[in-house]
Amino acid sequence: MANLTFKDFKSDQEVRWCPGCGDHAVLAALQRSLPKVSQALGYEKERYVVVSGIGCSSRLPYYMDTYGFHSIHGRATAVSTGIKVANPWLTIWQACGDGDALAIGGNHFIHAIRRNIDINIILFNNQIYGLTKGQYSPTSKFGAITKTSPYGTVEHPFNPGSLVLGAKGTFFARSLDVELALNEEIMTAAALHDGTSVMEMLTNCVIFNDGAHKNLSDPAVRADRTIVLRHGEKMVFGKDRNKGLVLFGMGIKAVTIGEDGFTIDDVLTHDAHTDNMGIHMMLADMKGPDLPVALGVIRDVKDITYDDGVRDQVKDVMAKSKIHSVDELLHSGSTWEVE
Amino acid sequence: MQLTGSLFADMSAVYGNKLSVFPDYPAEIRAPHGTVSGVSGFQVHIGGDDVITPGDFCDLLVAMNPAALKANAKWCKRNAMILVDTDAFDEAGMKKAGFQTEDPFLELRVEDRAIIPTPITTLTMESLKDSGLDMKTIRKCKNMFTLGMACFIYSRPLEYIYNYIEAKFAKKHPELVEPNKRVLNDGFNYAANIQAIPNTYEVKPAHMKKGTYRNINGNQATAWGLLAASEKSHLPLFCGSYPITPATGILEELAIHKSLGAKTLQAEDEIAGICTAIGASFAGNLAVTTTSGPGLSLKTEALGLAVMAELPLVVVDVQRAGPSTGIPTKTEQTDLNQALYGRNGECPIPVIAAHSPAHCFDAAFNACKIAVEHMTPVILLSEGFIGNGSEPWRIPSMKDYPEIVPPLARYEGHPFHPFERDPETMVPKWAIPGTKGLEHRVGGLEKNHEGVLSSDPANHALMVAERQAKVEKIADFIPELTVNGPASGKVLVVGWGGTFGHILTACHEIGDVPFAHFDYIYPVPRNTREILSRYEKILVCELNNGQFAAYLRNLFPEFHYIKFNKVQGQPFLVEELTEAIKEAYNG
Repeated sequence: MANLTFKDFKSDQEVRWCPGCGDHAVLAALQRSLPKVSQALGYEKERYVVVSGIGCSSRLPYYMDTYGFHSIHGRATAVSTGIKVANPWLTIWQACGDGDALAIGGNHFIHAIRRNIDINIILFNNQIYGLTKGQYSPTSKFGAITKTSPYGTVEHPFNPGSLVLGAKGTFFARSLDVELALNEEIMTAAALHDGTSVMEMLTNCVIFNDGAHKNLSDPAVRADRTIVLRHGEKMVFGKDRNKGLVLFGMGIKAVTIGEDGFTIDDVLTHDAHTDNMGIHMMLADMKGPDLPVALGVIRDVKDITYDDGVRDQVKDVMAKSKIHSVDELLHSGSTWEVE
Repeated sequence: MQLTGSLFADMSAVYGNKLSVFPDYPAEIRAPHGTVSGVSGFQVHIGGDDVITPGDFCDLLVAMNPAALKANAKWCKRNAMILVDTDAFDEAGMKKAGFQTEDPFLELRVEDRAIIPTPITTLTMESLKDSGLDMKTIRKCKNMFTLGMACFIYSRPLEYIYNYIEAKFAKKHPELVEPNKRVLNDGFNYAANIQAIPNTYEVKPAHMKKGTYRNINGNQATAWGLLAASEKSHLPLFCGSYPITPATGILEELAIHKSLGAKTLQAEDEIAGICTAIGASFAGNLAVTTTSGPGLSLKTEALGLAVMAELPLVVVDVQRAGPSTGIPTKTEQTDLNQALYGRNGECPIPVIAAHSPAHCFDAAFNACKIAVEHMTPVILLSEGFIGNGSEPWRIPSMKDYPEIVPPLARYEGHPFHPFERDPETMVPKWAIPGTKGLEHRVGGLEKNHEGVLSSDPANHALMVAERQAKVEKIADFIPELTVNGPASGKVLVVGWGGTFGHILTACHEIGDVPFAHFDYIYPVPRNTREILSRYEKILVCELNNGQFAAYLRNLFPEFHYIKFNKVQGQPFLVEELTEAIKEAYNG
């Protein structure tokens, strides 16, 4: 196993995203993560396949020096599924946007998660259609003013996290494009996870939706408005690391440690591996102004995967069946002789 | 009734008859009982060497209720027998079927046929009164009584059906073995005793070529042909499909045969069916998706992707009556234009067609061979009529089938260029992910030979021309068109797909009528122009409004075409074809 570096994953193609686009940082994180994944799992470079749909972020496969498939709008998840079932030895990374995965491709997205097929989906969520130049997407905020909603949208957005968990997803993580180190951490965890891993990357579109995530990504407020969850660690956040999340009534509440009788012992410890979907759902749903937005790996649980199931069933039937060639098949069942 | 018909057909096949069957059933699973639209029919044609269609008109009509009589009386020959269950011809049954008078036979003008009124339900109940079975189960046995009568009429020994009953019920329902055998036997004896049967038949075995035979329907043969191609190409078979009538049988059949390494994925929709297959193809499997007309419409965009990525893929379209949902269980050939042209951009895809239930095996095999060896999606057109229809098939040996050789790329020390072609065939190489050193990117965007994105006008024109040339060169690898009958003359009858049996029968009935049938539609065989040029008129017969005729006219505008079309969701009748052919001669 040769030691791969991020350069091994950089293709010779010119990266053509806009200067300042959040996608650059996600690409960099992926190129830095894959050598670590290879190190950890012994994966050769030719084992990686990067798949995408259509949209700005879906250009990503061209920038990776791996096998790549830039498919059609919304269908990346179906293409990934076919690749993985055909050859489970391959490791699949998929890039898709919020419109791509959640609008036109919503059906494939939820069914991949339901099947728990072992693919790694990076969901670039910039809350806008960028490549078509600025129409609202299924994650645009209620009332968003865009080219197709000049008076504001009148529809609720999806929270990708609750969608994934609602489909009984086994892995969900969220991050900001600018969190390079955290993104490497998330991508490595996703690679280690068997099953569908969804990584929501809140990315900035500098041209059509600039600052959509600024209320979170601005360094001045980030520590107070987000919380990075890590399995086994206390749910502590804030510039001064003095805030924590506690269970309160039927929900989660943010408290200041040492105030109102709350101590560090009251603060929840994150368990990404618990089957309990309820707590993960609450964490994925958190939003301001009362609660921080959860970043990091929110859920990472073990379950059977679709690709293993397909492969094992073929093996089982092969072992039990009496038919092992087409000639045997053709002569199976009722036949008769004509002399 | 479908089961009873199948049993009669299977028994005849084993006896050595040639046969052709056509199940004709409503779209609803439990269609309103007793109504004309809810009639489930099963047509069996048995005989000697010339049986290649389910037949137009029948010698024996079995009508288990008034609606069945009403729906099918028009198909009775002048001297036909009509066997009816009089127990079902009560006031309610007659009303449901919409009869206006008390005499259904007179009303349908079949009163002069040999009518055999039989209280089948009553006789069955009488037969089983001491069996200890409940009434519901007893009533279910009445089809066996009818089958027993049919066996008498066609001089068939009952052993085959005894064996079937034993095999079916011995393990799970041993209590049903004796009652079913008894009812079958009682039906046979009843028919022998009543002396109301005007004539019995003895259909001699056909002169069939020596060999081992089996019955096969078109969907099963398609599935098996795909498995055969998988074996001959040494590529695992992947089928991504969404259930749709009348194509689902292929997916169901493949799902059984995992022992041959076939992977089936029941997708969340038609688009996922084809997109998973495209993914599987990229990963090096023999990839297939199966569908019917509305599903093919949904797959359209992804077909373009497969053309652009130049990946092998077989798309099976078992056509049904359209447009839109149309009449899902009825047959048509109306998807030809969609298969040929239904995509954005210049997007050539080879189209081939199966012409009979058993031929689906070879057609599916050939579709795979073309797809893999020429690195292209291929559309295989089947039809509800042949997909559900069955016929005896002389079982071939796989050693007589050619190897399928995928043009696999090997690492040669430099980066792989996905769209560099073999100069003879214009076929690019297939670089399978997982192969060291061949990393490359494909997708829907236009690229140059190296696989680099390009919107250069000259490059686009070149790539469009090359993709087209690749497909058209397939003509060098397919059989030439042959003519059944005289090599020149006034009229050449032309068909494609599942109309083969009816057209051939019509040509034989008239005499020496030349007939050319197209299994390969795009590209057409190389000698097509030369063949067509030998006749004054080309009569194109098809179950649509003239799609193949228009296609031929577009390719070879110099010839005189006449069309004969039918769009009723039903196969041709031999009778209407013979009239059309005679008219073409006389016109």
